[in-house]
Amino acid sequence: MSEEIQAEWPLYEVFVRGKRGLNHVHVGSLHAADDDMAVRHARDVYTRRNEGVSIWVVRSNDVTASSPDEKDPLFDPSGDKVYRHPTFYDIPDNVPHM
Amino acid sequence: MTGSAVTGRVALAPEADELELLESFERTISHADRIEPRDWMPEAYRKTVIRQVAQHAHSEIIGMQPEGNWITRAPSLRRKAILLAKVQDEAGHGLYLYSACETLGTSRNELTEMLINGKQKYSSIFNYPTLSYADVGTIGWLVDGAAICNQVPLCRTSYGPYGRAMIRVCKEESFHQRQGFELLATMMRGTDEQRAMVQESVNRFWWPALMMFGPPDDDSPNTAQSMAWGIKRNTNDDLRQRMVDMTVPQAEALGVTLPDPDLAWNDQRQAHDFGQPDWDEFKDVISGNGPCNTQRIAHRKKAWDDGAWVREAATAFAQKNDALGHQEATA
Repeated sequence: MSEEIQAEWPLYEVFVRGKRGLNHVHVGSLHAADDDMAVRHARDVYTRRNEGVSIWVVRSNDVTASSPDEKDPLFDPSGDKVYRHPTFYDIPDNVPHM
Repeated sequence: MTGSAVTGRVALAPEADELELLESFERTISHADRIEPRDWMPEAYRKTVIRQVAQHAHSEIIGMQPEGNWITRAPSLRRKAILLAKVQDEAGHGLYLYSACETLGTSRNELTEMLINGKQKYSSIFNYPTLSYADVGTIGWLVDGAAICNQVPLCRTSYGPYGRAMIRVCKEESFHQRQGFELLATMMRGTDEQRAMVQESVNRFWWPALMMFGPPDDDSPNTAQSMAWGIKRNTNDDLRQRMVDMTVPQAEALGVTLPDPDLAWNDQRQAHDFGQPDWDEFKDVISGNGPCNTQRIAHRKKAWDDGAWVREAATAFAQKNDALGHQEATA
């Protein structure tokens, strides 16, 4: 038996669309030997009570994430742009529908 | 970069100043914010969460056995379907929790091995046998009832993946408790023999259910640190009190007696006074001498060993398909 076979099944991240019109949302992770099995396992583990109409799975190793160490510099550009928010603008009370 | 970007198996920058990291960690905890897998955390925090979540996951997996024992003998198709669904849920709960635990850098295989070789524990309750069919109802009512008391506050635990797993578990746990209560209520409306069966079952499970919250506060060495870190939200004795206060009116509605002569309403405290479980028995059971410890682990080990060829075959199949796909792509 090779070492590869003894190794664990790879880890997958699971995303479920709760119903039509909603985004797929990350719900957790699971192990599976391949992509098809990951979808089946995701159905059994994360949608036993009609929680989903669609499932995405992706190998955890294939996810690229922002680094927690760079959190502040990465998100800095949006920090000082208050004018991107509607509340930045004063509109007189007598102007309706705005 | 090696390791998973989302599960935190990446070594963090070693040059970062540890004191600064600790301060940032403490700040997150004090704001009741959540710690996420890739955040820096003190090694002791990581170990404590791993210990608690692993123990919780193992409890769900071992907890399938006492009830699984009755699936083939459930008295009707309805009861059989319910019990199957419940036992399947326990497997699901175990999987949510194992995934949460793995985000801290422990592999699933390691966790399974630590369960089988006794390095990690599971709840003492599952070392008691299910001798009658009424036990299926009692487990749902009292054992899952105690689990709910314990788990609802854990939805706000400081480690993000653990809290999210608990939210899923709690949503499903309510069905478990209600089906148990309904089962017992149905038996209580039956024959004298059935009522006696329910009472006998409650007598056996009451004290072990109260033990599920762990030793009394003055004998629980990990509680203070776990609460300071927001891993635990309530002390063992607080939760036990909550369980007793919730259960007494349910027992009345059911028409069963809880086997505690000291159980009485205390008007001053606005809570029930009650006796203490036999803590020597508790210690004996968690150290391996309960009625079913050996059987539970032997069964888990057999399932793990018997499933090895399936895991290997699926891996070999996936590897073969990968290789074929690779050949086609380069052809």
